[in-house]
Amino acid sequence: MNPVNYLYLSALLFTIGATGVLLRRNAIVVFMCVELMLNACNLAFVVFSRMHGNLDGQIIAFFTMVVAAAEVVVGLAIIVSLFRARHSASVDDASLMKL
Amino acid sequence: MSFPLLTATAALPALGAVATAAVPASRRSAAKWLALLVSLATLALAVVVLVRFDPDGARYQLTESHAWIKNFGVRYELGVDGIGVALLALTALLIPFVVLAGWNDADPLETGSRRWRPTQGFFALILAVEAMVIISFEATDVFLFYIFFEAMLIPMYFLIGGFGDRAHEHGEEAAATQRSYAAVKFLLYNLVGGLIMLAAVIGLYAVAGNFSLTEIAAARANGSLHMATSTERWLFLGFFFAFAVKAPLWPLHTWLPNAMQESTAPVAVLITAVVDKVGTFAMLRFCLQLFPEASRWATPVILVLALISIVYGALLAVGQRDIKRLVAYASISHFGFIILGIFAMTSQGQSGATLYMVNHGLSTAALMLVAGFLITRRGSRLIADYGGVQKVAPVLAGTFLIGGLATLSLPGLAPFVSEFLVLVGTFARYPVIGIIATFGIVLAALYTLVLYQRTMTGPVKPAVASMPDLKARELLVVGPLIVLLILLGVYPKPVTDIVNPAVKQTMSDVHRTDPKPAVEASK
Amino acid sequence: MENLIALLVAAPLLGAAVLLVGGRRLDRAGHWLGTLLAAASFVIGLVLFASLLGKDAEHRTLVQHLWTWVPVESFRADVAFRLDQLSVTFVLLITGVGTLIHLYSVGYMAHDERRRRFFGYLNLFLAAMLILVLADNYLLLYVGWEGVGLASYLLIGFWQHKPSAATAAKKAFLVNRVGDIGLSIAIMLMFTTFGTFAFGPVLTSAGDASEGRLTAIALMLLLAACGKSAQVPLQSWLGDAMEGPTPVSALIHAATMVTAGVYLIVRSAAIFNGAPDAQVAVTVVGAVTLLFGAIVGCAKDDIKKALAGSTMSQIGYMVLAAGLGPIGYVFAIMHLVTHGFFKAGLFLGAGSVMHGMNDEVDMRKFGGLRKYMPVTFVTFGLGYLAIIGFPFLSGFYSKDAIIEAAFAKGGTQGWILGSVTLLGAAITAFYMTRVMLMTFFGERRWQPDADGHDPHPHESPTTMTIPMIVLAIGSVGAGFFFHLGDRFVHWLEPVTGHSEGDSPVGVSVITAATLVCLVVGVGIAWAMYGRRAVPAVAPRGSLLTRAARRDLLQDDFNHVVLVRGGEHLTRSLVYVDHTLVDGVVNGTAAGFGGMSGRLRRVQNGFVRSYAVSMFGGAALLVAATLLMRAV
Repeated sequence: MNPVNYLYLSALLFTIGATGVLLRRNAIVVFMCVELMLNACNLAFVVFSRMHGNLDGQIIAFFTMVVAAAEVVVGLAIIVSLFRARHSASVDDASLMKL
Repeated sequence: MSFPLLTATAALPALGAVATAAVPASRRSAAKWLALLVSLATLALAVVVLVRFDPDGARYQLTESHAWIKNFGVRYELGVDGIGVALLALTALLIPFVVLAGWNDADPLETGSRRWRPTQGFFALILAVEAMVIISFEATDVFLFYIFFEAMLIPMYFLIGGFGDRAHEHGEEAAATQRSYAAVKFLLYNLVGGLIMLAAVIGLYAVAGNFSLTEIAAARANGSLHMATSTERWLFLGFFFAFAVKAPLWPLHTWLPNAMQESTAPVAVLITAVVDKVGTFAMLRFCLQLFPEASRWATPVILVLALISIVYGALLAVGQRDIKRLVAYASISHFGFIILGIFAMTSQGQSGATLYMVNHGLSTAALMLVAGFLITRRGSRLIADYGGVQKVAPVLAGTFLIGGLATLSLPGLAPFVSEFLVLVGTFARYPVIGIIATFGIVLAALYTLVLYQRTMTGPVKPAVASMPDLKARELLVVGPLIVLLILLGVYPKPVTDIVNPAVKQTMSDVHRTDPKPAVEASK
Repeated sequence: MENLIALLVAAPLLGAAVLLVGGRRLDRAGHWLGTLLAAASFVIGLVLFASLLGKDAEHRTLVQHLWTWVPVESFRADVAFRLDQLSVTFVLLITGVGTLIHLYSVGYMAHDERRRRFFGYLNLFLAAMLILVLADNYLLLYVGWEGVGLASYLLIGFWQHKPSAATAAKKAFLVNRVGDIGLSIAIMLMFTTFGTFAFGPVLTSAGDASEGRLTAIALMLLLAACGKSAQVPLQSWLGDAMEGPTPVSALIHAATMVTAGVYLIVRSAAIFNGAPDAQVAVTVVGAVTLLFGAIVGCAKDDIKKALAGSTMSQIGYMVLAAGLGPIGYVFAIMHLVTHGFFKAGLFLGAGSVMHGMNDEVDMRKFGGLRKYMPVTFVTFGLGYLAIIGFPFLSGFYSKDAIIEAAFAKGGTQGWILGSVTLLGAAITAFYMTRVMLMTFFGERRWQPDADGHDPHPHESPTTMTIPMIVLAIGSVGAGFFFHLGDRFVHWLEPVTGHSEGDSPVGVSVITAATLVCLVVGVGIAWAMYGRRAVPAVAPRGSLLTRAARRDLLQDDFNHVVLVRGGEHLTRSLVYVDHTLVDGVVNGTAAGFGGMSGRLRRVQNGFVRSYAVSMFGGAALLVAATLLMRAV
């Protein structure tokens, strides 16, 4: 099967994730959309690795996973404490950090 | 290797600053005494420098030279000529008076927090400024000079912004706002000047390949370093702009009245009598030596600006209602005289200008510090709030008058000698400018005497009726300054002897000789 | 002998330092210390004078070089004193009259709590005045010149609690500063012309300089002289200076300091001789002031201000004489010395009257005082006779000589100047007779003051009357003494030069004309103030009288043009500095502030809008990359 098709899939997933990040208010959903985007990138990396015949892309995919895991830890913690403080998980409610 | 005397003069106050800052919060008076001792020790070192300096010897003496940043040819190079040594001595001399005058200015209003140590900070900052100013007078490496020229802004910023007069007609809150406005204005003005100078410093490196003042000046003099006319002019302007802001020259002067008005009297003295002198000193040392042709090219414009400063500063001083602002504008007028003398390019003008820097330091210190004592007593800076002080505090009034008379350059007091030299030096080459500048002496008398009349004479105002006269500590500040003003007024030869050879060399750097008298010329 | 010269200055200087720094401890004896040191200076002056008399006329110059003052390349000023016939004349006048007035002040200031300081200032004045006349170069002269200005400032404003005194002091200093511009520029011109400003070289090589330069220097010196000697157009301060204690008016504003301008011109004779145009200017200034002061003197009801107008007028005589050149220099100085005697005496008399009348100065509230203060009346009367030029008294010889010299100038100029001096003599007789009649003759016009106290006019204490008597003797005898055998002329000739003029009219004719003028002046005054009772309240008077009371409107002119104009100028400059110069800077700051204010709205705190901008940015970058590749 032509590997380019996987790239189309990756692009589709990324777009879905990006749209979710931009349009949804719920922090958890936004967070999941970010994960979706990361995984879309991972897919693309792996495809490129396959296409070029070296392992660089796969290695980067692992790195991405580690980063994503770390992000989940920190991000969920922030969301939980935000929810505790404001009784809401909407990202638009947390708009105090501005000049 | 001999003892690095010049480094010591700067290192001592620097270490003193650190030590003073480290004094625990509960030992405020220990910090004061430490600062006073350090400043006196620095004065002693400066006297040693003065004694070791041989006026007829090499141009730069007591030199020290070490490699610093090899890749850029930056060296740690120190050395003093007659002009530098005179200003070094002035700085070292004034700081003990500043410390003594500001003895109680930074006491915390209430003894609350244990970590709150304004007194230590105040005196540490003063010593830090002293260290940086001294090294600026000593540096013969352009980059080294630049660093300290800029770095002294930091302690000055905190001194202006952090310690103001207790007195303010609109309350403490308004005072804090005004202070931070003044401090930021001071910082921004000088930073802009400094940045432009930085560009010129880098440009100079690009042209010359090193930062050594002596090497570049020598190479320029023997022709081995050629600079295109336009390059030289741009570089000159870059340097001059920074110095003109610092000096300050019209129309770059408006930071000074704000800064002097809002800071305490000792800090105001620090600004105008010490820090600003670095600007005029650097014009003599860097602008004229590094860019002689461009200096001559720019002379007409600079002279006109200096002339405007003289008249404009004096006229504005007449119109002020705030004592400290008045002194600030008077200083602007005096800086006009100094710059006039430097760029008149005659021996009399430049010796006079150097002497003027010293004398202006003394006279402004005397006037401003007494004004500070006055303001502390009454709690107001407005001239209209005073009247008849002479009757209740005759010694205070008398010293204030002497400070004022020095400011108006009364013959017999030190500033007269320098002012007349500047005028003669200017007149010899530019008669019209000299004549117009002479009108400054009437305006100086006007603002000084109006100030004296409104504050000291007339019926005693109820608010000043119980004003105490000068205390021993205050007399100890003013007395020596007045003695020096009189001494240097009747016998300025020791200073001129030190300054003259350096001025002679500067004159030969710019390829200028004094005009001949008309009778001799016609023969 | 030279080494004594410095002592001359040092004695009063020491007195000033001790009295001003010494503090309250000296309150009880300070005035005697001051008087003693002034007297010491006078004695030293006498010793030096005697030593000069012992030499031939050509070698009567002593120079004492003390130290090099300001050396910068070719610019060289020394602290050096020169004592010659001219300066020793001044030294004796200054220290002699000075000592007498110190003595007088002991009594006059007895009730002033700040008497010690008063004597400190007086000593300071003596020291400065001696520096002025002894200096060997123009820069050191400048030190004395401003020193006397300072002393005058301090003494006019001695009663500082009175706003009028403080204002008058300030005005005197400022007007003098305008004159100082002239002295400064003159010294600078000398430096650029001769390369020096020491008396010796400048005056001997004055002939080498071009006439244009000499004229410029001379005119600048004239400006300086106008300031110090209260000559038109810088005369306005002298009347106000009468706010000072009366001994000050006598010493500084009559006998010595105000004559410094005449000294300056005579000392610079070589320069003025080479600048005929400047000499004309000098005579014009002198002539105008002579009439100006006399007219003002006629209208004032304040006894001190009337005398101040007279001082102005008499100095006008001296300046006019100095402007005549070698025919007048000696007579200018001679009139200066005799004037020093009689005017100081007159002022001390006025002070004595005020002392007895609770410090009243309005002559309309005096009258008939001769019965109450006989000594004052006699001494004042002798001074009066001397100033109007009564035959064989001092003023007769000195003023007559000036009038003769004015005619001897020759040509139209001579006739004009001669007539002006004659007219001046008539007016002098008029206003002095008026003062005399209003004060000492007629009915008593004083009233009990608001508290019901009668002034009780009484004679002054001996410390005050002795100086008055001594000065009266001087007023009577000095002129004849100087005149005898042309002593004064021969004495000063080596310094100032002297030539006999060629008078178009005989000396006896001029003397006769002078006496006629005198009689006319006295006669008119008697008709107006002697025959008729003097009204206690000043009548409205003619236009000229009213103008003269206001100093011929010169103060009003100054006020409108200089004071008001200056106020407007400074006020508008303060505005300009704040709005324009500072405004540009603050405007720049405000511009950046406004820009950042607008830009910061982009930072709205919504995470999703940040995300949009990130995506947009990324998209732009990709698009740009692709575009670059395509091109």
